[in-house]
Amino acid sequence: MTIQSTKVQIQLRVNGRVHDLLVEPNAILLHTLRDLGYTDVKNGCEIGECGACAVLMNGTSVNSCMVLAIQADGAEIVTNAGLGTLDKPHVIQEAFADAGAIQCGFCTPGMVISTKALLDRNPDPTEEEIREGLSGNLCRCTGYGQIVEAVQLAAERLARSSSSPSSSLREEGQEADPEDRLLASDGAKRGGEGS
Amino acid sequence: MNYVTPKPLPEVNLPPLKQIGKPLRRVDALGKAVGATLYAGDFTMPNMLHAKVLRSPVPSARIAKLDVSKARALPGIACVMTGEDVKGAKLNTDLPGQTGREARAGSDAPVLASDTVRYVGEPIALVAAETLALAEEALTLIEIEFEALPGVFSPEDALKPNAPILFDPDNIVARYKVRKGDLEAGMAEADLVVENTFRMPFLEHAYLEPDGGIAWVDEQGVINIRVCTQVIEHFRSIARALGVPQNRIRIRGTMVGGGFGSKEDITVEIFLAFLARETGRPVRLVYTREEQFASTAKRHPFTITHRTGVKKDGRITAAQIEMVADSGAYPYLSPYVLLYATGMASGPYRIDNIHVDSIAVATNQTFTSAFRGFGGPQAAVAYEQQMDEIAKTLELDPLDVRRINYMKTGDTTCTGQEIKSAIWSEECATRALHALGERTPDTETRKIGRGFANSFQSYGRITWFHDTSHAWVGIEQDGTVVIRCGVPDIGAGQSNSLCQIVAEILGVPLEQVTIYATDSALTPLAGTSTATRQLYMSGNAICLAANPIASRLKQRAAKQLGVAEDEIVLGDARASVKGDPDSGIELSDLVKLCASEGIELSQLSQFNAPFTEGLDPETGQGDIWPDFEFGAQAVEVAVDTETGQIELLKSAACHDVGRAINRAAVHGQIAGGSHQGLGYALMEDFELVDGHIKTPSLAEYLIPTVLDFPSTEVIILESGSGVGPFGAKGIGEPALTPAAPAVANAVADALGVRIPKLPFTPKRVLEALKEAKEAGS
Repeated sequence: MTIQSTKVQIQLRVNGRVHDLLVEPNAILLHTLRDLGYTDVKNGCEIGECGACAVLMNGTSVNSCMVLAIQADGAEIVTNAGLGTLDKPHVIQEAFADAGAIQCGFCTPGMVISTKALLDRNPDPTEEEIREGLSGNLCRCTGYGQIVEAVQLAAERLARSSSSPSSSLREEGQEADPEDRLLASDGAKRGGEGS
Repeated sequence: MNYVTPKPLPEVNLPPLKQIGKPLRRVDALGKAVGATLYAGDFTMPNMLHAKVLRSPVPSARIAKLDVSKARALPGIACVMTGEDVKGAKLNTDLPGQTGREARAGSDAPVLASDTVRYVGEPIALVAAETLALAEEALTLIEIEFEALPGVFSPEDALKPNAPILFDPDNIVARYKVRKGDLEAGMAEADLVVENTFRMPFLEHAYLEPDGGIAWVDEQGVINIRVCTQVIEHFRSIARALGVPQNRIRIRGTMVGGGFGSKEDITVEIFLAFLARETGRPVRLVYTREEQFASTAKRHPFTITHRTGVKKDGRITAAQIEMVADSGAYPYLSPYVLLYATGMASGPYRIDNIHVDSIAVATNQTFTSAFRGFGGPQAAVAYEQQMDEIAKTLELDPLDVRRINYMKTGDTTCTGQEIKSAIWSEECATRALHALGERTPDTETRKIGRGFANSFQSYGRITWFHDTSHAWVGIEQDGTVVIRCGVPDIGAGQSNSLCQIVAEILGVPLEQVTIYATDSALTPLAGTSTATRQLYMSGNAICLAANPIASRLKQRAAKQLGVAEDEIVLGDARASVKGDPDSGIELSDLVKLCASEGIELSQLSQFNAPFTEGLDPETGQGDIWPDFEFGAQAVEVAVDTETGQIELLKSAACHDVGRAINRAAVHGQIAGGSHQGLGYALMEDFELVDGHIKTPSLAEYLIPTVLDFPSTEVIILESGSGVGPFGAKGIGEPALTPAAPAVANAVADALGVRIPKLPFTPKRVLEALKEAKEAGS
């Protein structure tokens, strides 16, 4: 190790926290975030193919494996864990859980981030627009159908919460109605086929 | 095949249940949604070292020189290990975690190659260093020279006389022979014989989470390994390799970010165990995606030939099937994958006179092992295309040809195993076809094709493996419930199913059940999350644990309420009198009452699969599995005759799952399995040229994105006839099986000719069109 240290001073703002760091100029944002403990940013391929490491950078979804840490200097970064927690999940996160959109869960943080970016710019997307919006995120478990449904469910819930400003997003998200909708559609299929 | 009426379902009487069958939010879903779930690669420890693996860049060579002294001398390197340091340790992968039989002699993969390398990616040396960058630098300082040896790169070449031999005495690593009925008589009875050969490529599992883990030695000297695995019971094989007692290795599984069979083999955990013991420090090793492609198992390429004797009405009188599987450089689970393909070779059809001859052949290519379906999908790719070819030859409807041959309950497979559960093959096929609706019309350059495939697929392990599962259930004093069960959760909802079953039996909301899983030391061993066995095995074990607790609670409640025990029902976290849900006693109060009287509120139980003695060595006759799942898939494709591109327009899958425990999870298994199968047919091909990998990353090896295929319509049937809890069958693997052959039949329908090898790339489509044109003109 004879390499001269050429570290660069940067500031990362992640999920509202501020990190003043010295990083190598070739440090990858994905690695820097994970080293800081943001393990919800998943390392799936490191070449920008799978989308598991997606984060919001100044509101835009990026694959953090394709961004140098120094390029993120001063940027506002949001990871999936920055959107919600077990106690206060984001509407999108809750919709993913409710729609059966999560199997192994490894692609989920990136999927949620892509969904957030999509719904921020297009709150009422068509199925085609949803698929376009998620096209950078690979999932090997679900076949994507329930993920598309989760995005639709999230969009519905967000639309309802914005039309009833008195209640918070989360309370709105927990209303029984959308779950009943899922139950009812599955139940109807079963009624037709099961007996 | 344009419009098909669903066959009416037989009458079944499923008892109404409160929670089973509902699409409840899985217990693991929210943690994963908010990014709180920690995967194997997310763990770090104080004083931790970083590991890397040196791998062979050549497919067949003698290691002429291996000098690690410069790497060892690099400051910051804690240790470098070679084959010499692991003293010839082998990966005993034949029978992970079970009692079973002795390993195959001599051909188990070495933990580290010492004299010879047999495939590109074979591990040669391990490095543990203070930083990942140092570990990578140390790899470059290892001096290694190879003396090239001749290699074999296809089963055809490996079987030639004078071919280089990977293991003595020859390159055949497994062989089966099935003899049922009178083949000659059956062929003589036939009006004609249809013969075809079908070929399939290597596939990569391509789950999103690369293999990884961290190991350390604890204060008792026990080696702890936190790893994403489908088999925590590999602690036994690891103990054997290290030469330590089995109770000195502890595997703490994590939530697995996808497995599909590849995390059934030992991967990083054995390297970690050696390095942690050697250094006395925690060691972390996580594969890169490229390492994942080069170093983990692939799906077996198969070449399968069917010779089928048929009457003019389509009835099969005899079948002769030959299978050749490529096992790659080491056998791993090839003998068993081949057995699965062999036992399911004839599909869900009754064939009284049949011979099956199958071999798995060693080549200097990436090794092959378990992949969702375990040989069953390859068998289906062949038998379902053959059924359509029979129909075409006889100018009959493909559904009619199947109808006349479908097995019925009580019929036997090619190995003579009687099917005891419901067989709803026609029910499934007609519903899948019906769901496609109106046929899309052709245009000048777009030919539409439709096809379907039936499938049958075992669930539960080979019955001479003596498979068992354990589960523990207990109630806390506030009425909440704890499960301890060694089940590895690989994303299919294994944990959730157990929670939902216990919630049903003890009458508590799902949110009140917490599961502790996948720790080989602290959770009762539940066997592997493979072979579509966890719901069947651990689901039955958890019933055996929860039922006695429910019974004790009911007994005590009955005494308290002054009614007979069978008058008590458990539900909504209370014990009440039947028909009067507001009566009775809160579960938390009942639990305190029981505790004060010393009534047991916990239970450890064991479930045993049926045990058999194996197949007759001469005839291959005998039982292999506990039971089978039956399903079907139908698809419509559009083939662009100018570009060769195939677009999947519609897809529908119908499966009899016995009983759906969690409806949303079952839906997810079928939809996801279908997608993998569609990728098998249309996109995926792990290509090797002379043993070198041509698709080394996700940029070259393409898996389906959200844009490639429409969602598969999922139709769930419930016969209640399975051997799992509440009559459930398994669905994890069966979900994939019919997808690829359905596409194959649709493409053949569109083109009028059959492409003999998967996947159906534009190039192969155009070649087939050209051939068809030449043949036609």
